[in-house]
Amino acid sequence: MKNQLLLKNAGTMLVRVLFAVVAAFPIVFMLVSSLKPDQQIFGDMSSFAAFLPVGNISFDNYAAVFDRVPAARFLLNSVGVSTVTVILGIFVNSLCAFALSRMQVRGKKIVFTAILATLIVPFQTLALPLVWWVNQLPYFELNGFSLEISKGWLDTYQVQIVPFIANAFSIYLYHQYFESIPKELDEAARIDGAGWFKIYRRVVMPLAGPATATVAILTFLPAWNSYLWPLMVIQSEELRPVMIGIQYFFQLNVSWGEVMAYASLITVPVVVLFIAFQRSFVNSIASSGVKG
Amino acid sequence: MATVPLPTRPRVPDTSKAAPPPSYAKGNARRRPGFRREQFSGWGMIAPAAVLLLAFVFIPAILGFGLAFTNARLISPRPIEFVGTDNFSRLFTDPTFYRALLNVAYFTVVIVPVQSGLALVMALLINKKFRGVNFFRTVYFLPVVTSMVVVSLLWLFMYRKDGLINEILSNVSFGLIHGPDWLGEPNTAMPAIIILSIWQAAGFHMIIWLAGLQGISGELYEASQLDGTSRWQQFRYVTWPGLFHTRSLVLVTITIQALGLFDQISVMTQGGPMDSTTTIVYEAVRSGYRQQETSYASAISLVFFVLVLIVSAVQRHLTREKD
Repeated sequence: MKNQLLLKNAGTMLVRVLFAVVAAFPIVFMLVSSLKPDQQIFGDMSSFAAFLPVGNISFDNYAAVFDRVPAARFLLNSVGVSTVTVILGIFVNSLCAFALSRMQVRGKKIVFTAILATLIVPFQTLALPLVWWVNQLPYFELNGFSLEISKGWLDTYQVQIVPFIANAFSIYLYHQYFESIPKELDEAARIDGAGWFKIYRRVVMPLAGPATATVAILTFLPAWNSYLWPLMVIQSEELRPVMIGIQYFFQLNVSWGEVMAYASLITVPVVVLFIAFQRSFVNSIASSGVKG
Repeated sequence: MATVPLPTRPRVPDTSKAAPPPSYAKGNARRRPGFRREQFSGWGMIAPAAVLLLAFVFIPAILGFGLAFTNARLISPRPIEFVGTDNFSRLFTDPTFYRALLNVAYFTVVIVPVQSGLALVMALLINKKFRGVNFFRTVYFLPVVTSMVVVSLLWLFMYRKDGLINEILSNVSFGLIHGPDWLGEPNTAMPAIIILSIWQAAGFHMIIWLAGLQGISGELYEASQLDGTSRWQQFRYVTWPGLFHTRSLVLVTITIQALGLFDQISVMTQGGPMDSTTTIVYEAVRSGYRQQETSYASAISLVFFVLVLIVSAVQRHLTREKD
């Protein structure tokens, strides 16, 4: 009986490892190949060496990437755009969820329903009308002391940020999480003379850490990974985010070592960030509203 | 099992619908101290998100609907004119559009069961605590944090005729299998894209399944263990019914994601070879962005949206709670 159980557990572990190998091997291959010259990548492909950093290992590919592409600029753009989107997104969505969850606001049910309704609209259906629409929006620019108004948001930073700040799923996550925080806390704070914004900032938000971690990751990932949208709205090289940089590698002779180096360069920061937040992320998704 | 309640039996008061404390009751809400201030601050807090959603979801959605019946172009000196259903009649006579519909149907029909099934298996594997559980959770989730664009690029390289996939196939079969040029042939291009899509996204749905699994009370498992059930019986009679809500959530999210297939196509095949991988969204972007025909692209988007609505409605109907 005991042996049988042991065997079963070993079997389960084997399946776990198998899935882990399948999940990891392309990523390991990418990282390892980024350190090898092209010839060796193809040479190692037929053996296990494809997954090992052996042979002629160097950072030459990375150096070449910075020669071919303004990679530093693209990274900076993506870091900026994603960070601003995440910070504003956390603020705007949690504030909205706070009012919807913890305040007696008239008409909030209709507002919440309308917000949730936007979840069924895939971004892809909005993208093309949205391009046309942002091109009609006014653009205010402070030039010295005179305010200049021009038309069209195409080819700017804000067109990569503003449309993605408010997010129904983030509002929903915060709403679910806020519901689990006892309302007596608000009452107590109110008796102490705290205003609503103070309750939000000092009482509720400090308790909503896991929800914030989840919203941060779920906002950061699409912002960092966005491809379709900047492809359509960004023309100038100095405004491009990292994903668009990929196009540079297929213009002239393709060097797969360089492609893998660039791919690693734009993936590793996200992976590091994810591992840092991993625990609270998985826990909060597992405990928050996703139960449906 | 239908028991008819005796009319004489006193009804148990429904506590869930009982009136809240007096100060919150609807009738005298206006008289509550701070009511006006609460309205004012409340709307002030809702406003930023509401205005942004209005400006970047509701308005473009309505605009898209309207533009589909015009001849609008992205940048055009001509004024916009109403052209009725011209865009739609053009769309419905375009063989590429039907090919795109067919491809998306193929993709979705395979992806939905396979990906949700694999994701569930992965969630079951890492549901219970064991040494190294966090390591496995992280590794299973790694492909999800990798951008679909990077994933497509990486697999584009691995799918070459002399690429990693074919080398692995050749090695494990002792040189018997010589894989095809996966993305270069109409028959294998879509299956190749399906495999990489599952590889990338299964981890996300694993997390959703995991959330559902964590929600099932441990007592149920203990009780079933006392009854001496097998692992399969436990899954069949405890786990599966307990995942009722999660199931429909996973189903809906995978389906919507599958219908919107775009990134992989744009990076890997551009719809080819011979339209064997083109999709609705890809066609919309091709006409709207490359050819700047906003109106025609809006028409495609509208058809796509209706399709998503119909599919989700059917799924909701099929997975509704049956009494």
